[in-house]
Amino acid sequence: MAKETRAAYGEVLSQLVKENKDIVVLDADLSKSTKTFEAKKVAPERHFNAGIAEENMMGMAAGLAASGKTVFASSFAMFATGRPWEIIRNSICYPELNVKICATHAGVSVGEDGASHQACEDVAIMRALPNMKIFVPCDYYETKALIRHVAEIKGPCYVRMGRGKVEDVYDENTVFNFDKVDVIRKGNGEIVLFAMGLMVQEALKAGEVLDATVVNVSNIKPTDEEGIIELLKTHSRAYTLEEHTIIGGLFSLVAEIKARTDIATPVTPIGINDIFGESGKMADVLEFYGLTADHIVEKIKG
Amino acid sequence: MDINELKSHALNIRRNIIKMVYNAQSGHPGGSLGCADILTYLYFVEMDINNNNKATIDRDRFVLSKGHCSPALYATLSEAGLIDEDLLSFRKLHTKLQGHPNMNALDAVDMSTGSLGQGISAAVGMAIANKLDNNNHRIYVLCGDGESEEGIVYEALMAACHYKLDDLCIIFDVNHLQIDGNVQDVISPLPLEDKAKAFGAYVEKCDGNDYEALQKAFNAARNNKGKPTVIIAETIKGKGVSYMENNAAWHGSAPKEEDYKIAMEDLKELN
Repeated sequence: MAKETRAAYGEVLSQLVKENKDIVVLDADLSKSTKTFEAKKVAPERHFNAGIAEENMMGMAAGLAASGKTVFASSFAMFATGRPWEIIRNSICYPELNVKICATHAGVSVGEDGASHQACEDVAIMRALPNMKIFVPCDYYETKALIRHVAEIKGPCYVRMGRGKVEDVYDENTVFNFDKVDVIRKGNGEIVLFAMGLMVQEALKAGEVLDATVVNVSNIKPTDEEGIIELLKTHSRAYTLEEHTIIGGLFSLVAEIKARTDIATPVTPIGINDIFGESGKMADVLEFYGLTADHIVEKIKG
Repeated sequence: MDINELKSHALNIRRNIIKMVYNAQSGHPGGSLGCADILTYLYFVEMDINNNNKATIDRDRFVLSKGHCSPALYATLSEAGLIDEDLLSFRKLHTKLQGHPNMNALDAVDMSTGSLGQGISAAVGMAIANKLDNNNHRIYVLCGDGESEEGIVYEALMAACHYKLDDLCIIFDVNHLQIDGNVQDVISPLPLEDKAKAFGAYVEKCDGNDYEALQKAFNAARNNKGKPTVIIAETIKGKGVSYMENNAAWHGSAPKEEDYKIAMEDLKELN
């Protein structure tokens, strides 16, 4: 069934604020969209609206964390990373404070709002920050597990979620290991598809046609370098699939790992090719940018 | 409050500021000298912080939002016995006395600062946590007037007033100078009094180099309930060193040997 990853975020966050009185939630006037209002219903005294002032939201998050709180701070990926980037760098990452930036509406799939709201650089700019851990869940169940995971680990985290509904990849019984990349389909050894976020579902569909190995890379930083190297070694061709610019995201991650080895396997990027997005329905936009299974198969078959 | 004792502490602090910046041949002497009396008052009269509670957050907190004035902070913490680092390691490789404050290096440093405007925002977060925990600690933050050209300062003021953070005391160190010259010539955020009042803060004005005036302002801040306090403290940038006073050129320049001798002569004894 198709569900929103942000719905999972709201559900788990509303449980976490009940379980742990040291959790504080911040939002920047988007609590109904990011779903942090679910936590507000349960613990209104620990939900603070920063208003449309994301820089101050991140500064407040730093101060709360410097006072022993575990802070969840949410907005759309564009405004949770780009605008307050330098506050995240200097006030959160440098002092290694316990702030979980959980952003929704990432990527071109935000759809109708268009380029101004389509964050395709967020992973790149978060990856460049020392001490920042980065996770991109692909479905509802992975998001649920991941939000619990980031609540438990110390230090700054960035979680990238989308707006629209995405098909389930996992189920309620799945046991996740966020230290490893997850091979969710084993192919014939020719092609390996590394995918991030909602591209995992497309990779699975393309993988059926191509008999490719499909890998969910939700732990972007730190990632499972050994796992990625092993997969590169055991396949003839690798592709990276991301709803993100091919500069600084998943392609860069895999290509950087490969470049430090003597593995010859070519790595080809499929993602946003250094351009801005545009308005349209989620499905139409993903189609236009070549991020659907049909386009992936076509590109790989050549 | 023994004013002569405070003046004596401040003199030591000013001498150490000059020694640190001279030794490192790098740092920000002007603003550090200007805010030395505010820091002396905070750490020797106003704040509840000592060696038993400094490693905890169960105490008053201070954020140096104008983080480049780290020489003043380190010299004050040293004078108060809250750090025992060699002050002359300032700005040297592997020192705990980083160019701008690093909260993870020293227990008594409450926030990593240096990028202007961010400390006031962090102090708002600390004041919210203080309320959530039903503590009655006080949260102090020192911002520059030049620093108040940063937009985040007003986002933070708005939030502090909205959330009625009456344990928060925002001190604007108004010395009228920034790197490129007089704030009125560069781009003026003044008058800060009107802006703070417009957001809903309680405002006190004082001479930031006068202990009786500082005491009156900080006492009024303690008695103010339901809104944050903003103290507009007028200071003399470079205070105590003749050629540095009211001279923007000494914002971020280190004294040479001759300058150093004159400065130490100026700071020889209480006057």
